[in-house]
Amino acid sequence: MTDNLTKTTLPNGMLVLLKEIHTAPLISSWVWYRVGSRDELPGRTGISHWVEHMQFKGTPLFPATILDKAISREGAVWNAFTYLDWTTYFETMPADKIDLGLRLEADRMVNSTIHPDEVASERTVIISEREGNENEPLFMLGEAIQAAAFRVHSYHHEVIGDLADLQSMTREDLYSHYRTYYVPNNAVMAVAGDFQAEAMLARIQALFGGIPAGETPPRLTRPEPEQRGEIRLNVAGPGETTYVQAAYRFPAASDPDFLPLSVLDSLLAGPSNLNMFSGGISNKTSRLYRALVEKEFAVSVHGGAQATIDPFLYGITMTIHPQREPQDALSALDDEIERVRIETVSEDEVARAIKQARALFAYGSENITNQAFWMGYAEMFADYDWFQTYLDRLAAVTPADVQRVAQQYLRPGSRVVGTYLPDGVGEEAA
Amino acid sequence: MMTNPVHSLPGSDDIHRELLPNGIVVLSRANFNSPSVVVSGYLQAGALFDSDQKLGLADFTSSALMRGTEKRDFQQIYDALESVGAGLGFNSSTHTTGYSGRALTEDLPLLLDLLADTLRYPVFPAEQIERLRAQMLTGLAIRGQDTSDMASLTLDGILFEGHPYARPDEGWPETVKAITRDDLVDFHRRIYGPKGMVIAIVGALEPKEAVAQVQRFLGDWQNAQQEDLPELPALKPISNTTRRQHVIPGKSQSDIDLGSVGPKRKDPEYLPASLGNNILGQFGLMGRIGDVVRERSGLAYYAYSSLSAGIGPGSWEVSAGVNPGNVDKAIDLIVEELTRFVQAGITQEELADSQANFVGRLPLSLESNGGVANALVNIERYELGLDYYRQYPDLVRAVKPDEVLQTAKKFIDPQCLAIATAGPAK
Repeated sequence: MTDNLTKTTLPNGMLVLLKEIHTAPLISSWVWYRVGSRDELPGRTGISHWVEHMQFKGTPLFPATILDKAISREGAVWNAFTYLDWTTYFETMPADKIDLGLRLEADRMVNSTIHPDEVASERTVIISEREGNENEPLFMLGEAIQAAAFRVHSYHHEVIGDLADLQSMTREDLYSHYRTYYVPNNAVMAVAGDFQAEAMLARIQALFGGIPAGETPPRLTRPEPEQRGEIRLNVAGPGETTYVQAAYRFPAASDPDFLPLSVLDSLLAGPSNLNMFSGGISNKTSRLYRALVEKEFAVSVHGGAQATIDPFLYGITMTIHPQREPQDALSALDDEIERVRIETVSEDEVARAIKQARALFAYGSENITNQAFWMGYAEMFADYDWFQTYLDRLAAVTPADVQRVAQQYLRPGSRVVGTYLPDGVGEEAA
Repeated sequence: MMTNPVHSLPGSDDIHRELLPNGIVVLSRANFNSPSVVVSGYLQAGALFDSDQKLGLADFTSSALMRGTEKRDFQQIYDALESVGAGLGFNSSTHTTGYSGRALTEDLPLLLDLLADTLRYPVFPAEQIERLRAQMLTGLAIRGQDTSDMASLTLDGILFEGHPYARPDEGWPETVKAITRDDLVDFHRRIYGPKGMVIAIVGALEPKEAVAQVQRFLGDWQNAQQEDLPELPALKPISNTTRRQHVIPGKSQSDIDLGSVGPKRKDPEYLPASLGNNILGQFGLMGRIGDVVRERSGLAYYAYSSLSAGIGPGSWEVSAGVNPGNVDKAIDLIVEELTRFVQAGITQEELADSQANFVGRLPLSLESNGGVANALVNIERYELGLDYYRQYPDLVRAVKPDEVLQTAKKFIDPQCLAIATAGPAK
């Protein structure tokens, strides 16, 4: 695997990762920027995501009306994502067409117009996106939990941003954010697929090499102080279904404890799937499913581990059984958490978690888009080596490691428990 | 070294198709790029068999298959799968019950053993059935709060009034409550069998080996009682524009779903309609609909059209999520756009763009094992022929602008639309 990966830094500071994969006549190209919602101060929340939207609004060379048509005509799948720590843009295209994708990314790294009229029309689009999110009970609950968990750190707010800021931000705010963070020395380019690395690197050098480096943008880092005591909160809203989410403090992805915690996640709630383009596996034999769903406290339970730069959250989400109270489900959850803290897990359970991870990796390697995704994604919170050595490092995890991290991280005093309480309005007849 | 594009598409020289003596059709294609394998297919066991009073029975039955068999209980079934990172699931639709699974190739025998065991020998344990029922009822309660799902159900209710397609395959809370364990046992006995079953296996093994494995686990399955799927009744289309609102109080956004009946998958109009639909509401950033509703008016984050074509009459829909105060405005814009579409048609340039888009994205849709397995299942379900995906680029390029216009006129009448909305009351 390592053999055909090349990693180069251009003179302007842009990191380029290339990997030849000749299984299908496709190339997937990604540009990652080290900017996300964690780089936003109050008053500007949601700005990274909004700038991502504006990157589809055109440049003098590729005006909006030409841009999307030109790229779609070539059979591309293309999109962009904004997250806590990063923003990324990708095109997966027939191999002989990828040049358009590369030219487009080089162009919009510096030349986006961000026209005031487009800002005005996109403002209502993003507010509409937020309103769609607000229709979902789990969005409302997650937003409240995140805000309660992070008073100081800028993981405090949702990527989409707060309505007040979406209403008040200006074109100048957006443009300045764009120019600050969209510089080659803040970007990572990852390309995988059916090409020859030498030729691809030369082409990337030709397109991106002339873009001048900028000031290296600072990352906003305000460490969250230790939480002293459990936080509980309620969110009320429409519906018939109650949800409870218990969010524990999780370390940074680069922390060695991330590995034993991944094993712990796997055996508690089924493995979290970090692939973006490949589905996960079921969790019906996980400890929490057996204790909560099989015992009819909940109708479903899921765990969610995420790979982040700074410590974030591990959320366990329960959809409460219609005949049960949320506190009963929480207490059943607590029993299981306590058990994993007190009793050492078996070698078999650890071996099982490792096999599950191996399967998820194999599924994820079926498509080129997902392979290219990992090359850049891993660089956002660690480096590609993190991904390549993941299975080996996971295989080294012992039952004692799992117990130690359970004791260290799954502490009631450092969690936030949120409950979504339906306001009693049920389904109405059509 | 560049990969030859043609050789990457499945065709008659690398798809193996075999009809087993008991009626099961096996399709397989090798892919040694990753040490994994996908199994997917369907049986003739859809919601068309369900009565109105027990709607959701087909879905309930398929969901219950993995709750216990004669030789394995629920935990043993999932322990076998999850211990090796494999997956298997069933999902019922109107005509068929589908299934799909995947595993590391070394675990394919296990996956097929579990598929055969759950299909052939389910025991529907009473306690598991009640637990599953509570889960399904919660799912229906969540659906009842989902503006997009409810707009879609409301639209089907208008478009297919009096026809089985008007009914949601998962049923309603009261029909799911009415289903008994005996109903599940009876449904399984009458409806499940090898006749008409299709299985596609794609991954790191030779097709002959795949067939041998299916033969080993499912080759001796017989069901002399297996019933044939009921005839689909004729559809009586609506005769004027009909609008219905489904009220869900307290929501921040309303969903709009409006449209017409569309072609069947096997109709000659399917491809012209697909290309027309792409121009109308897919191409680039959601086509003409996206341009008008999102880009120019800023009314919605998503606004697109979709064509849903299967065994029977399909639907051709436009969907958008908008602020509850903008529902009427968005509907007006969409209807205007549909009017322009059926009156003025499309340009040669627009068609060429969409044709290039269809041809260009084909290799990507056939990249993963799951993508190829889907293609093989489609080939069988709609009798497309083993070389369909190799002929596809020529079929797409042969479509003319006037065919798209005539197809649009045939299916979409802006004076006679079904319009459904779901969200807070105005």
